[in-house]
Amino acid sequence: MSKRIFKMCPEFEDIMPDEYKELVEKGPYGKGYGVSDLGNFKELIEEHPLCAGCGLALALRLVIASLPVPEETIVVGSTGCSSLLFPQVALHNIHSIFGNQNAVATGLKRAMQLRFPDKEKDVVVIAGDGATADIGLDMVMQSWFRRERLTTIMLDNEAYANTGGQESGMSVEKKVLNMAPTGKKFPKICLPEVAREAGCDYVATVSSANSRRIEKVVRQAVLTAREVGPSYVQIFSPCPTNYKFKSHESVAMAKAREKDGTYSMVEYVSDNARSFLEGLKEEAKHAKRN
Amino acid sequence: MIKQQEVTPDILFSSEEKQDMFITGSEAVKEAVKRANVDIAISYPITPQSESMHLVGDLYAQGYIDEYLRGENELAVMSEVAGASMGGVRVFTATGGPGTLRAFEMFSTWSGARLPIVCAFLTRGLNSPLTIQPDNLEMAHVLDTGMLMLHAENAQDLYDMLLRAFIVAEMPDVHIPIGVFADGFFVTHTRDKIQVDSEDIKLPKYNPYNSPVPAIDMENVPVRLMRDPFVMKSNFISYAAHASWQQEVLAAVERSRRYLNKYLGGLTEVTHEGAEIMVLASGTAVSQSREAIEQARNEGIDAGLIKLKCLRPFPVEEINNALKTAKAVVIPEFNRVGWLFREVKAALQKEIHVIGAPRVFGGMTMPVELILDEIRRCHNV
Repeated sequence: MSKRIFKMCPEFEDIMPDEYKELVEKGPYGKGYGVSDLGNFKELIEEHPLCAGCGLALALRLVIASLPVPEETIVVGSTGCSSLLFPQVALHNIHSIFGNQNAVATGLKRAMQLRFPDKEKDVVVIAGDGATADIGLDMVMQSWFRRERLTTIMLDNEAYANTGGQESGMSVEKKVLNMAPTGKKFPKICLPEVAREAGCDYVATVSSANSRRIEKVVRQAVLTAREVGPSYVQIFSPCPTNYKFKSHESVAMAKAREKDGTYSMVEYVSDNARSFLEGLKEEAKHAKRN
Repeated sequence: MIKQQEVTPDILFSSEEKQDMFITGSEAVKEAVKRANVDIAISYPITPQSESMHLVGDLYAQGYIDEYLRGENELAVMSEVAGASMGGVRVFTATGGPGTLRAFEMFSTWSGARLPIVCAFLTRGLNSPLTIQPDNLEMAHVLDTGMLMLHAENAQDLYDMLLRAFIVAEMPDVHIPIGVFADGFFVTHTRDKIQVDSEDIKLPKYNPYNSPVPAIDMENVPVRLMRDPFVMKSNFISYAAHASWQQEVLAAVERSRRYLNKYLGGLTEVTHEGAEIMVLASGTAVSQSREAIEQARNEGIDAGLIKLKCLRPFPVEEINNALKTAKAVVIPEFNRVGWLFREVKAALQKEIHVIGAPRVFGGMTMPVELILDEIRRCHNV
């Protein structure tokens, strides 16, 4: 986007909302900020209605701060807790219907390639575990098979949290939840492995407690989608409301599951993506030296 | 590929340089899309889709369309065209019968999101039992999605309506999806002599910024923008916002009338105006009705015809005017539920004998004699 469109008309300056003025004056567009700059710039998320201690809200805040080029990034979401937050995000974003996010993103990405052949418009899908692994799985996987240049990010809270904590395909086996009154009867879906086999060039899981790793994998995933092929990031985002723990325990919960190995952290990188990402590192080193 | 020049809709639609073609309805779809300057077409080969969307694929191979893909199922295809349309390009797709119902959640989503998508519905029967035969029952389901609905009688209508649909759909004060319906098999698989416009002209490109809703491209303000935000808080402002949005979609449909009048030459077409018995029909039932009326008139019965070209917006005023002096109206339909009969009943402003017959369905063709019988019966009452 041209930064010109973001300037305020002087005649309107006195009536513009403060948060908008802040976005113009201290926003991250074109600045190359990352997670370590949080607190020093105006974030793209302006307040939000999610529960106190929501792991998903934390993950989303870190994801949005990690986008390599926010001013050229469009997000496609889906129904769920995250969609309640998206009206508050200062990026163009789409909510269509529950589960069709990767299909909408496919059409959008292709439209962007036609309309802006000389620009990279990053299309990033951000949706919950129900939208990604259950109701939308066919469209998610088909977009991978077709090698659409999309980044798919799942905010995994292991339940349908927004409808009151029902079992999802990403809930762990034996967990008692609504609609699983005697405990879930099959294992957590191994979506990272499915993604790898379905043709994703970059796959990573990460916990919402690990901000540095979120930044690293989100950047690598978006850049891979831009230049190599589809990418998938799965972020463990514990839900205090439905899993009934205290809101201040969210980060500890995420850390504990990572430590005891019940939420495994993996990274699968294709040969093409590996050489591309290594090339980027070399370039960065070279730039630093000069 | 023939080099095409963009011309204004008015020039394209009034061009007198026509050429005759003897083609199927599916090929008429291809001919319309060829001149429509479509950016992206997305297809799905459902049985019972006609060959129209793979013919559109040939247009892509020849360079008339910039982007084309086969989607994975109808819900996905309708989502893919929605994403592309929100991204600011002109899109086209087609479906029919079970495919229409599989895709259904997207149709009201399109109109709610004010997307000017043009979709051809080449109608077929619905399951169960499994069928691929002609029937237009699916149209009953689409009536209240907020989409505009045109119904083609033959291949010529299908060609004309599709080309004009893009222009009407994209008017900034309309900006609503349009379904162009044609009865599967009867129109899609039979050859007909039609007139098409010169191959070297096409419609102007779609301008995504000439729209009541911003394109989702991170190139325009407001930047804090969600398509489409939830309005689901439990308070009066939320209810009022949702209600007024729905009313605005309906109002946009109403505002299309002046463009439909201009480009389609009216929502209805009346022959033998003022006749005692009128037959009212849309789609291919019009052709049989025309024949039945001819025969009735030869028998000395004063019969006339109202052809409905457009079902949404519904031509309430036109129908009431055409039935001012009639004593009965016969409504033949290619479905079992009689959705057109219901629509007309609800629109009538005076007491008149309305006959919801004949109805044929399950794949049968409509014998002219059945319509003629109904006309005779009205005449003898």
